[in-house]
Amino acid sequence: MNEITKIETTLKDWETDQEVRWCPGCGDYAILKAVQRTLPQLGSDPKNTCFISGIGCSSRFPYYMETYGFHTIHGRAPAFATGVKLANPDLDVWLVTGDGDGLSIGGNHLMHVLRRNVNMQIMLFNNEIYGLTKGQYSPTSRENTRTPTSPLGSVDRPANPCAFALGAGARFVGRGIDVSKNLPDVLMAAHAHQGAAFIEIFQNCIVYNKDVFDDFAAPKGAELQQLWLEDGEPMLFGNAKKGPVKGLKLVPEKFTFEVVDVEDGDWEAAGVCVHDAKNRALAHMLVELPFGEFPMPLGVIYDDPRPTYESAVIDERRRSIEGKDTSLAKLLAKGQSWTVSGTAQDPQ
Amino acid sequence: MATQAADNPALKSTDGSPDAVVVRFAGDSGDGMQLTGGQFTLSTALAGNDLATFPDFPAEIRAPQGTLFGVSAFQINFGSREISTAGDAPDVLVAMNPAALKTNLDALKPGGLIIADSGEFTQRNLDKAKYDVNPLEDGSLAKWDVLAFDISALTIEAVKDFGLGNKDALRSKNMWTLGLALWMFDRDRQPIVDWLKAKFKSKPEIADANIAALNAGHAYGETAELSGPLKKVTVGPVASEPGLYRTITGAEAVSLGLVAGAQLAGLPMFFGGYPITPASSILHHLARLKEFGVTTFQAEDEIAAICASIGASYAGQLGVTSSSGPGIALKGEAMGLAVMTEMPLVIVNSQRGGPSTGLPTKTEQSDLYQAVYGRNGDAPIPVIAASSPGDVFECAIEACRIAVEYMTPVMLLTDGYIANAAEPWRVPDPSTFEPFKVEFLTENNNPGGKVLPYKRDAKGARPWIKPGTPGLMHRIGGIEKKVDTGNIDYSPENHQEMTDLRKAKIDNIKIKDQGVTLGDEGGKLAVVGWGSTFGPIRRAVDNCRKKGLDVSHIHFRHIWPLPANSGELLRKYERILVPEMNTGQFKTVLRDQLLVDAKPYTKTSGQPFKIAELEAAIEEALA
Repeated sequence: MNEITKIETTLKDWETDQEVRWCPGCGDYAILKAVQRTLPQLGSDPKNTCFISGIGCSSRFPYYMETYGFHTIHGRAPAFATGVKLANPDLDVWLVTGDGDGLSIGGNHLMHVLRRNVNMQIMLFNNEIYGLTKGQYSPTSRENTRTPTSPLGSVDRPANPCAFALGAGARFVGRGIDVSKNLPDVLMAAHAHQGAAFIEIFQNCIVYNKDVFDDFAAPKGAELQQLWLEDGEPMLFGNAKKGPVKGLKLVPEKFTFEVVDVEDGDWEAAGVCVHDAKNRALAHMLVELPFGEFPMPLGVIYDDPRPTYESAVIDERRRSIEGKDTSLAKLLAKGQSWTVSGTAQDPQ
Repeated sequence: MATQAADNPALKSTDGSPDAVVVRFAGDSGDGMQLTGGQFTLSTALAGNDLATFPDFPAEIRAPQGTLFGVSAFQINFGSREISTAGDAPDVLVAMNPAALKTNLDALKPGGLIIADSGEFTQRNLDKAKYDVNPLEDGSLAKWDVLAFDISALTIEAVKDFGLGNKDALRSKNMWTLGLALWMFDRDRQPIVDWLKAKFKSKPEIADANIAALNAGHAYGETAELSGPLKKVTVGPVASEPGLYRTITGAEAVSLGLVAGAQLAGLPMFFGGYPITPASSILHHLARLKEFGVTTFQAEDEIAAICASIGASYAGQLGVTSSSGPGIALKGEAMGLAVMTEMPLVIVNSQRGGPSTGLPTKTEQSDLYQAVYGRNGDAPIPVIAASSPGDVFECAIEACRIAVEYMTPVMLLTDGYIANAAEPWRVPDPSTFEPFKVEFLTENNNPGGKVLPYKRDAKGARPWIKPGTPGLMHRIGGIEKKVDTGNIDYSPENHQEMTDLRKAKIDNIKIKDQGVTLGDEGGKLAVVGWGSTFGPIRRAVDNCRKKGLDVSHIHFRHIWPLPANSGELLRKYERILVPEMNTGQFKTVLRDQLLVDAKPYTKTSGQPFKIAELEAAIEEALA
């Protein structure tokens, strides 16, 4: 793709004149601000930026971004975005979806956009509930979630968005929290990644699933529940000023991690594992870590680019044009033809 | 060689040349009958005959050998006069096994010629075809001429020098049969030889074996002529308009028409598709035309195929998607989005028998309601129907034109018959096509304020704005849009106005007045058709007129909206008969839109109308 010239903007340049219609206190407001803060830092150009969404609360996002925007139909945003990127690969596409839109009705398209590796940022706002349709349980709702459609508690096993993405072949998997100050960093890393970059953002649905992520997202005690990953850095969590520091140690004979205490910052002595964002096996282990026994892995879990789908399509197009006659008249007459002049027939 | 001579041979020999002949090749689905038919078609076209074909094959790729449901057939009607259908009844039936004989015999004209591969009439194959006695031996075929000989053995003999195993050698059986047919109708073998050499470029020994089989079949004709009912038949060339000709199938024609349409619009084409019978061949053709600015995208499903195409249109290319009925059903919601966001898009439906999976390889016209009415909300879409393989080319260009000029999705209806059938096609000169170059909006259409993405031109169309255009950022989507600004607006007055505007835009699309296809402007009976029934209706009306009946043929290309003069024209006839391969869908549209007393004449057997059926219906309608 062509390098887009960086331009100077402020947060205000990315706001539209449309009234934001999310519920007061919705996590979407924080995500909107994080994105509007991130784009000026990236030097993005509003005219080359395109937000594409499906259906649901999250999918109203494009209306609030002063860019090109397409609010499409339920679950299909990845397919629209693929068409947009193939038609104009220079556009900077951000896809906005939710747990219902992206993993239920649109699971198939999400799988294929990741598998094909179309260059875009995919933000999946996970609130573990259907908000816009008034609170039914979603494919990420935990077992025994009571909702209007599961009055006795849901019996479905929930899907794990990041594990789904990795399984589908994603080359970038990141995680953030709506109100986290680190969210712009994850968005910037996703943007820097050439290819489909998948970001799960834990988003608090204030009305239908309030504080469902408090176990790790609540500010109090968060340092021991959140593992912010950085490539080349040890997997440490906890705050030395407030209390203990811990780390993840690999137990090779069991193919698992264990939590170890780190004394005096000597993580090497404690055997803490160093994060390698290019290690796919490691990424699989991290997205499958059971929360509770382990902290919630956040940040850039996996980032190992491969050539994008649209670059392969463009390359194929270029190769097939080389040395070809592109005259329409010739194309129409292709194959075995004959000329009728009066009554004589002359095969050609 | 077993031969029987009928009392009244249908085929005249060279002494009395027929003006048209119908030949049907029938065999196992693995026997290569479609290939044989295709190559016979080519040689017939090169000989200057007019022609029409009807490939009829099972949905199974290789159904169990020798079974009745595994029979694949290819019928061709060719002549020294205008040919408009693949013919009601064959004069010649080539039956490669007992099952092929059994399933096709009823169609054969009395006195017609059966050419059968007696080598395949084994007890096992007779059992599979549910014959108690070998029909070649029990006299049951007495009303036809029968020419039965062991084509299998003759083929093995012809290719024995090429060191192929029996199984591979027998694969050339279809070429042996083609050779015989070429001899019978005095056709040049060279184009087939050239084609075989090109097809088996990397396997010259296979090419040589096939050529040897072709030549052996041809030589056999010379010998057989001396001793049986086989006669050389000469069908002279048809008088055609001067020009360059080729054969074309509907699938090829729609692909070429779309390429031409995109070029006339000055746009690259994006084609999103998903494999489905009988529409896949369009995707196959276009995938090979990348040098013409075509991007093909084999999507994960039908929905993604249309959505990606709409995405490409949004980004400034001409989005096209294609499918057959079941896939079109899946695309319905996305079509509604294209209506709401007023995005150009061409949707091709190669109709097949329905409902549900229905008859994947058979033809029907039963998706007309789906095309016209089949979306949620008031979501009008222009619908165009092609009448023949050649006509699809023009229809595809017309669909592209309407899509970009009116910023709307357009549905183009063809069907399984048109998609697979071939006809000679006079190659048009692209320099004579009228361009309709698209102009994107590049300047703010609301100086001093924000761009108005839903501000309409005189035709009622909104501007096409490509993302990436400076200063024109805006948002679109499926929620009701406010007049002009396109912002979300659910207010009652706005929804009323937008619904009216969307409807008016489609209602007022400029299309040519409807003319009379054959006959007079007014009279006792109008036979009104649409789509691939063109050929049989035209021939039936022509025959009836020659018998002195007051009947005319009117064939519609524009199904929605109907041409403005349609009502006025149809009211000039006392009666209106609408033959359709469905239960009367266009009849309903005509009654609804024009308040005329249109009477249905319908057929849903998966087979095209026969001329004789229609003639009888016309006579009854006039009685």
